[in-house]
Amino acid sequence: MTSLNANAAMAAAEAQNREFLVFSLGDEEYAIDILKVQEIRGYENVTRIANAPDFIKGVTNLRGVIVPIVDLRIKFHLERVEYGGQTVVIVVNVADRVVGIVVDGVSDVMTLTPEQIKPAPEFGVTLSSDFLSGLGSLDDRMLVLVDIDKLLTSEEMALVEKASD
Amino acid sequence: MDITDFYDTFFEEAEELLADMERHLLELDVEAPDAEQLNAIFRAAHSIKGGAGTFGFDVLQKTTHLFENLLDHTRKGELTLRRDIVDTFLETKDMLNDQLDAYRNGDEPDQAAFERICQTLQQLALEEIGQGLEGAPAPRETKPETAESGTASRSTAQDEAVPDTAGAAPAPVADAEGGALVVALLGVSDDDRQLLVEELEQLGEIRCQSGDQARYEVVLATTASADDIEAVMCFIAEPEQVEVKPASAEPSAPAEPTAAPEASAPSAAVESAPAPAEASAAPPASDRPKAAPRAKPASKGSAESTSIRVSVDKVDQIINLVGELIITQSMLDQTVSELGGVGNGSLLNGMSLLQRNARDLQEAVMSIRMIPMDFVFSRFPRVVRETSAKLGKEIELVTEGESTELDKSLTERIIDPLTHLVRNSLDHGIEPPEEREAQGKPRTGRLTLSARHQGGNILIEVIDDGAGLDRDRLLAKARESGLPVSDTMSDDEVWQLIFAPGFSTAKAVTDVSGRGVGMDVVKRNIQGMGGHVQIMSRRGEGTTIRIVLPLTLAILDGMLIKVGQEVFILPLSTVLESLQPAREDLYSMAGDDVVLKVRDEYLPVVAVHEALDVQGARTELTETIAVIVQGEGRRYALLVDDLVGQQQVVVKNLETNYRKVPGISAATILGDGSVALILDIAGLHRLDRTKREARRPSRAPANDDQLFRVEGDSQ
Repeated sequence: MTSLNANAAMAAAEAQNREFLVFSLGDEEYAIDILKVQEIRGYENVTRIANAPDFIKGVTNLRGVIVPIVDLRIKFHLERVEYGGQTVVIVVNVADRVVGIVVDGVSDVMTLTPEQIKPAPEFGVTLSSDFLSGLGSLDDRMLVLVDIDKLLTSEEMALVEKASD
Repeated sequence: MDITDFYDTFFEEAEELLADMERHLLELDVEAPDAEQLNAIFRAAHSIKGGAGTFGFDVLQKTTHLFENLLDHTRKGELTLRRDIVDTFLETKDMLNDQLDAYRNGDEPDQAAFERICQTLQQLALEEIGQGLEGAPAPRETKPETAESGTASRSTAQDEAVPDTAGAAPAPVADAEGGALVVALLGVSDDDRQLLVEELEQLGEIRCQSGDQARYEVVLATTASADDIEAVMCFIAEPEQVEVKPASAEPSAPAEPTAAPEASAPSAAVESAPAPAEASAAPPASDRPKAAPRAKPASKGSAESTSIRVSVDKVDQIINLVGELIITQSMLDQTVSELGGVGNGSLLNGMSLLQRNARDLQEAVMSIRMIPMDFVFSRFPRVVRETSAKLGKEIELVTEGESTELDKSLTERIIDPLTHLVRNSLDHGIEPPEEREAQGKPRTGRLTLSARHQGGNILIEVIDDGAGLDRDRLLAKARESGLPVSDTMSDDEVWQLIFAPGFSTAKAVTDVSGRGVGMDVVKRNIQGMGGHVQIMSRRGEGTTIRIVLPLTLAILDGMLIKVGQEVFILPLSTVLESLQPAREDLYSMAGDDVVLKVRDEYLPVVAVHEALDVQGARTELTETIAVIVQGEGRRYALLVDDLVGQQQVVVKNLETNYRKVPGISAATILGDGSVALILDIAGLHRLDRTKREARRPSRAPANDDQLFRVEGDSQ
């Protein structure tokens, strides 16, 4: 194979690669498509919304835009939910909406090749595999790849009004 | 750039032109039509035709073309206006609207309707002037569109056009087959002459040219008529500087094979005069509207307003940003005020200046969204005219306060309810002429539409001098429909009955109104806009229906309240009063419900902390503050911990990124940057009830004879 061909092949392979933002919820590592991420900011005071599910912390002011804040730790039934200096909010853009998700910390940005993305097994009870785009394996780490689009627009998140409402 | 980029501009412009046209048509005095108005109508049709041609909207263009010709006859006085002709014109205008809509939606307009309207117009032309119109669909070979597709230079043409020059030249019709014309330029400067010659080259082939500045002659082989050429020249030269006559001395030029295509295409780019080829299709008539486009009065220029078209999104973005600026400014203000005056004098001065400028800026930006009520009122002459004709009534429409400004989103939403109210007044309010005469009233009924500002509200009134509401009949009808009424009800309450769903007192159902649907919708729509409706009526003298609306939906006068540690905002317009409830005024009902007695009235009590699950709120009822609020006709007492103050807030939609929340209408950002929720008064009441009902089964049976409500019971 000539070097030209090799380059082309590499470029093609790279095009298949996807970048993920890795964040932690408790001891678990999750990742979402980095293209969905608008910004990362500290957890600030939110205004509580009455009669909303407990994982919806409320709404906050993001430069004049009212943004709902979802705590994935509560949604995923994690044991420890603390708000400290490490607690961050990942602001994502999903279905023309801006939503903030509270996580324990953001670690890094990873590039995963298609080979590194394994299909998610069908076992999730708390987190249905419908909301996963796979499991990323990276050396000895396992990243849960969350399909944030599907998750946040799903009925159980109660973020988006369904037509039947 | 793609031509479709201009579609929207054209549609908007055409819509405005049609609205203009309608206004003029309605104002037109049939007996003595105002030449200026006829011209305006003609101009509107003409401009639409031009645009339609450019964008290839064939049907629209052909219709306007026919219409334009007819209008041209009218304004030349060859067609005497009658009421039914004006009606036909109005119908045509509607048809144009429909066609425009079709094109806007990417459809083809209704072909049958198109043919029908063409036929109507043709018929009208035949009957009234005794001649057909060129450009009708039947004689298709006339191809009027070839010359009509250009509008690029239209506006300049209009600006420079000189009042009626139809008489300036004898306007001989050129030989259709490509005759030669001698174009003489009298006293034209060299530069202009060059331009003119270039223009002429576009129209045909220049045989020879010679002369000096005083008189320069160009012999042109062309298919264009003398009129067309003059029309083109008028862009550059004054009409009296141009003289066009057939080159009679020359033998008729052999038809130039290239002349014809050349003539049609480029001339189209600069001029939209009636097509050259028309000459061959229609019998040469001396009064054909050849000189039409040139006859535009020069006053057109003055009518143009200096405005720019900006999308609402952009304006909203500016409003948002200014809102942010105000918030930042108040944050700074708070920080600075903690510094103290010593040594910070100039900083404090600067801050107060900033504050003033920021407020002025906000006001100025908000005013961008404001448009005059004329936008709404201008469509009512038509409604009144048609409805009164249908009902056989004579009604005069008076509008007042057209310049009163209202937020654009509100003006658009007020049209439907207002139309309904006007129809209703016309149908049920104003009596037939005979009845009016019998009562010693003038035959012609009067309907007044008025708008004015009052505080932060706008009052829009529909006033008729008709029969007024009939209290007894309303009550009887209400009983019939099973509504709870009593003879002791106040007039006000009786009048509000007409807003009850399914309520109609009309003796007969007409196609104008009387089905009883609608008035409740009107009320709901207006409430949806944050307004309410008042009715004043006097038997035999008439009825006034008053719509009270906030000036804008983007800014709200709010009352900040505190419950526990949370701050909420109540729309000030819903707040009637606030008081500290005394123990002896609080009564419990069925153990769970509490009512508050305020001046002989028992009001249901809703505690904010219960409805919205606020922690740490005061639960001792007498320590709370009761705010008496009214929304959607419901009045109740809202229990809050504290009143914080009044403030104007910028309303932010919660549904943009989240969803609708029961009991909450919107959100806003406070001076410290935090989000506060705006309470929905009617929604909160509903929410409270659903919550109570959900709780009820688990509660102990109520203690019936307990009159006093004990503190803490509300938990």
